Amino acid sequence: MANYNTNEFKGGLKIMLDGDPHTIVENEFVKPGKGQAFTRTKVRNLKTGRTVERTFKSGESVEGADVMDTEMQYLYSDGELWHFMDPKSFEQLAADKTAIGDSHLWLIEEAMCEVTLFNGQPLAVSPPNFVEMAIKQTDPGLRGDTATGGTKPAYMDTGAVVKVPLFIEEGELIKIDTRTGEYVSRVKS
Amino acid sequence: MQESDVLEVVTPALSRAAATDPNIHSFQVGDRYLHTSPEFPMKRLVAAYATDIYQIATVFRDGEAGRFHNAEFSLLEWYRVGLNHVELMDDVSALLGRVLSVFGLSCLTPATVRYTDAVSGVCGKAFDKIGPVDIERVFSENNRSYPVSIGSDLDAAMDLLMDEFVVSEFSDSQPTYVVDYPASQAALAKIAKNNDNTIVAERFELYWGKLELANGFHELCDPKEQLERFQNEQRIRVERKEKSVPLDEHLIDALSNGLPDCAGVALGLDRLMLLISGAEHIDDVLAFSSARA
Repeated sequence: MANYNTNEFKGGLKIMLDGDPHTIVENEFVKPGKGQAFTRTKVRNLKTGRTVERTFKSGESVEGADVMDTEMQYLYSDGELWHFMDPKSFEQLAADKTAIGDSHLWLIEEAMCEVTLFNGQPLAVSPPNFVEMAIKQTDPGLRGDTATGGTKPAYMDTGAVVKVPLFIEEGELIKIDTRTGEYVSRVKS
Repeated sequence: MQESDVLEVVTPALSRAAATDPNIHSFQVGDRYLHTSPEFPMKRLVAAYATDIYQIATVFRDGEAGRFHNAEFSLLEWYRVGLNHVELMDDVSALLGRVLSVFGLSCLTPATVRYTDAVSGVCGKAFDKIGPVDIERVFSENNRSYPVSIGSDLDAAMDLLMDEFVVSEFSDSQPTYVVDYPASQAALAKIAKNNDNTIVAERFELYWGKLELANGFHELCDPKEQLERFQNEQRIRVERKEKSVPLDEHLIDALSNGLPDCAGVALGLDRLMLLISGAEHIDDVLAFSSARA
């Protein structure tokens, strides 16, 4: 993998720090007129998701991380691993629990997901921003409650729990924003 | 400048010699270097005419890009004969106050921070006893990132300490002068004992919040010492495996012929416009930043 000099740093650049792949979130050039220049960065660890500050002496170089985002289709889960397929090459890859994180709550078979690969293996999985899911179970809403704007929990097949308006019924298809886990609308069939 | 009888001058942007300062990188054009500051030829003019001079120059520094940095920028640089750096600070404050008042802004009485005292205060140790290890400890105690590559470079360590723990605390509503720099950071300034008997560089930097606006010196007049500093900087460049550049023999000659006691300062005009406009990024006060040039 190529090395990057601090003057090539920019948001989104993937670099190796302490053995883990990181992405640069922010970088700032700091230099007193007559003194040493530094590059102060905020970097996110792509394995843990943690963001930390990291300062470099300008001119230092850092190893790049072999990280790429790729669109893959979710196939199925065997309980331990989640299997994805590259729709062009039909190559299949499996993501473990760490890589999947909370994304498993929003995975629907055949959905296209963004899979972040590190050295060719899944490091993180982002579900589509919006998914449509059928409600597995929710308590019946009471008539006349629609005006109060109240909500109730609705349970999905994946284990996700979404707060829905009282008028939504079991078995109905709803649209969910996976970034917030919030109900967006009812899907008319 | 006209009211104060300061003469406007123009000096070459292309020179055979370059800044030897290992932290400043010149662009090379053929067998010449684009100036990173007009200070060398301006000091030659002060030596020749013993008069107050100023100029507004576009200067060029390779590798400087960021919120407050653009590779090409404007400096207002001026020299006052018979003044020391402390007296020149009053000159700078008066000019700054006057410029700001044009834009309906006011300039409060400046605060003053001594570099050596500030470093000593943060480290909790006498200044002459501080080493890079003490500074690294401050960073680790405060859970702040410290580049291991600083190694034994005490000046780099102090610069980072100043930025993280001292300059970051400067008021956004008034100017702050940093004075009493370590002798190791004298650049083109005289070295002398301050009133605490600490040996310091007679220079100042003017900040407004985190924004560094100006850098001034009680100018070094001793040709032998200036040559030694240039040669030392060239040695550091070799150690750091950086491009070696020719030092300015003309300046050494001029000092040998006699430079009157004087003080000089460079004020960043793009930065001044940042302050006046309240813009966040230097790109916002440039028609086209280096990235778009």
